[in-house]
Amino acid sequence: MGEFVFFLLALAWPFLAGSYGTGLITEALIFAIAAMSLDLLMGYSGLVSFGHAAFFGVGAYALALSGMKLGLNPWLGILVAVMTSALAALIIGYFCVRVSGVAFIMLTLAFAQLLYSAAVKWRGITGGSDGIGGFDRPQIAGLSLNDPIYMYFACLLGFVLSLWLLRRIINSQFGHALVGLRENETRMRALGFSTDRLKLCAFVLSGAFAGFAGALYAIYNSFISPDALSFAQSGMFLLMVVLGGVGSLLGPAIGAAIFLLMKQFVSSHTEHWLAIVGIIFVCCVMFFRSGVYGFLKQWLERGART
Amino acid sequence: MDLFVSQLLNGLVYGLLLFLLASGLSLIFGLMGVVNLAHGSFFMLGAFIGLSVVSYTGSFWWALVLAPIPVAIAAAAIEILLLRHLYKRDKVDMVLLTFGLSFVFTDLVEWGWGKDTFSLSEPASLEESLEFLGGYFPQYRLAIVVFGLAVALLLWLLIEKTRIGAMVRAGIDDTRTAMGIGLNVPLLLTTTFASGAALAGMAGVVAGPILGVYSGVDVEVLIPAFIVIVIGGMGSLKGAFVGSLLIGIADTFGKAYMPEASMFLIYAAMIVILLARPHGLFGQAAS
Repeated sequence: MGEFVFFLLALAWPFLAGSYGTGLITEALIFAIAAMSLDLLMGYSGLVSFGHAAFFGVGAYALALSGMKLGLNPWLGILVAVMTSALAALIIGYFCVRVSGVAFIMLTLAFAQLLYSAAVKWRGITGGSDGIGGFDRPQIAGLSLNDPIYMYFACLLGFVLSLWLLRRIINSQFGHALVGLRENETRMRALGFSTDRLKLCAFVLSGAFAGFAGALYAIYNSFISPDALSFAQSGMFLLMVVLGGVGSLLGPAIGAAIFLLMKQFVSSHTEHWLAIVGIIFVCCVMFFRSGVYGFLKQWLERGART
Repeated sequence: MDLFVSQLLNGLVYGLLLFLLASGLSLIFGLMGVVNLAHGSFFMLGAFIGLSVVSYTGSFWWALVLAPIPVAIAAAAIEILLLRHLYKRDKVDMVLLTFGLSFVFTDLVEWGWGKDTFSLSEPASLEESLEFLGGYFPQYRLAIVVFGLAVALLLWLLIEKTRIGAMVRAGIDDTRTAMGIGLNVPLLLTTTFASGAALAGMAGVVAGPILGVYSGVDVEVLIPAFIVIVIGGMGSLKGAFVGSLLIGIADTFGKAYMPEASMFLIYAAMIVILLARPHGLFGQAAS
C-alpha cells in the first residue's frame, strides 16, 4: 500500500516539483540503486565493501568511453557498462572473497584506490582528473534523455527494475543462502555450500547493479571524473546504507534520498559539508544503528500495538 | 652512486616511513580489533601541526617533538568518548566510525590550512648530502633510515621486554583473561590508541619534507599502510616491519624501473602473498 502511494507520487513528481526538484530526485534514484547494490553485499551477505565506488565508477567510465572511443550507441553503452562492472567485480571479487572480515574491508578499499589512481594517471584514456564530458545521451523513438523529464522517468524505471530484481534475488534460494552466510559461515560450509562461490556471485551481482547506477550517473551529468571512484564516494555509499538501515534494501534507497536532500541543504549553508557528513556518520553508528528504516518500522509497529 | 643502490636506499626510506604508520595500525588492530581508517588522518594532522610549529618556532625539531602531542590527545578523546562504547558491538561499527572521523579530519585540515600542498623544509643541519658508497645521498634521508630503525628497535624492546609490553601482548592474546587477572585494560587500550596516533603524527612530520603536506595525503599513505599489514599479518609488529620494507622497496624500484606498471606492483605483491598465505606472512589464523 505504502509503496503504491510512493509510486504514484513518483509518477507525478516531475509535474509537481519543477526542474530543480526533478533533477534532485533523479540523482537520488540513481544513488538509491547504488546504495541498494551495496546493501546486497553488506546487509544480506555480511560482506562490508569499502570500495563500492569502484564499480559505480567503472560503469560510468565504461559508458562514457564506449560512446566516445568506440562510437557505441548509448543504450548499448549501458549494457557494456553493466557487463564491465560485473567483470571488474569478478576479478576483484576473486581475490577479495578469499579473506573475510577486516581483511575484506582493506582489500576492497585497496582495489578501489587502485582503480582511482588508474583513472587519474591514464590521462590519454580517462582524461585524468579533468574527467570526460560531453558525450551523447541516449535517444529512443525521438525521445531524448537530454530532456530532464525523460531522464527522470528513465531513472525511475531503472530504480523500479533494480528494486524488483534485487528483491527477487534476495527472496530466492540464492538470497537465503547469502543470509545464511552472513549469520554463520561455518555452518553453511558444513552444509555443503561453496561459500567462496556464493560470495563471489553476490559480489558480481552487486557490482553489476552499481555499474548500472554509474552508467545512469554518467548519462545524467554527461560528465565523469575520478571522483566517482574515490574513497569519499565509497564512504558516501556506505553512509547511505547505514543511514537508511542495513539489510532492508528499501532503507538504503531512502538513505540515499535523505543524504542528497541533506547535502543540498547543508552545502547551501556551509562549506563544511564533509565534516557534517562525518559527524552524521559517527552519530548513526553510535546511536542510530538500525537506520531510518528500522526507526520507522519500530515506530509503526508501536503505533499498531497501541 | 649506482642507481640500484640509491633506489634501494630510497626504498628503505619509504619503507621505514610506512613502518611508523603501519606499526601503530597493526598494534591497534591486534589489541582492539579496530581497523583504524582515521590513522592516515593522524598522520596528516601531525604533518599540518608540524608545519605550523615550524612556522612559529623555525625549528623542525620542535615540530617533531610537539606535533604528536595534540594528535595523541585527539586520539585519546576519540577512544574514550566514542570507540570504547563500540567494543562489544560488531567490528564493522568501529571501522565505520573511524571512516566518518576521517571525513571530519579532512574538513578540519582544509578549514585550518586550506587545500594547498605545502612543503615542510628539512632541518638545516641535515640539508647536505653525504658521500656514501661512492655516491651522494641526502643526509635527511639517511637520518630517516636511522630514525626508523631506532623506532623499530625501541618498539620491539617495548613490546617484548618490558612490563607494559607484556600487558599489551596479554591484551592482544586474550582481552578477557587479561582483565580477569587485574590488568587495567581500558587504560591500556586508550594508551595504545593514543601512542599509535602519536607515532602516526610523528611520521607525518618526518615524511613532510619528502611526501609534502596536503589534504589527501591521509588516503595516500593509509592505503599502502593497509597493504603492509595485510601482507605482514595483522597484529604482528614483525609483520609490519617486514611488510613495510617489502612494499617500500618494491614500490620504489617499480617507479624507477617500470613507471608504467609501478602502480600495480604492490597490489600484485599483495595478491600473491594473500593467495599463498591468507593471514599474511606473520599473522595467525583468526581464533
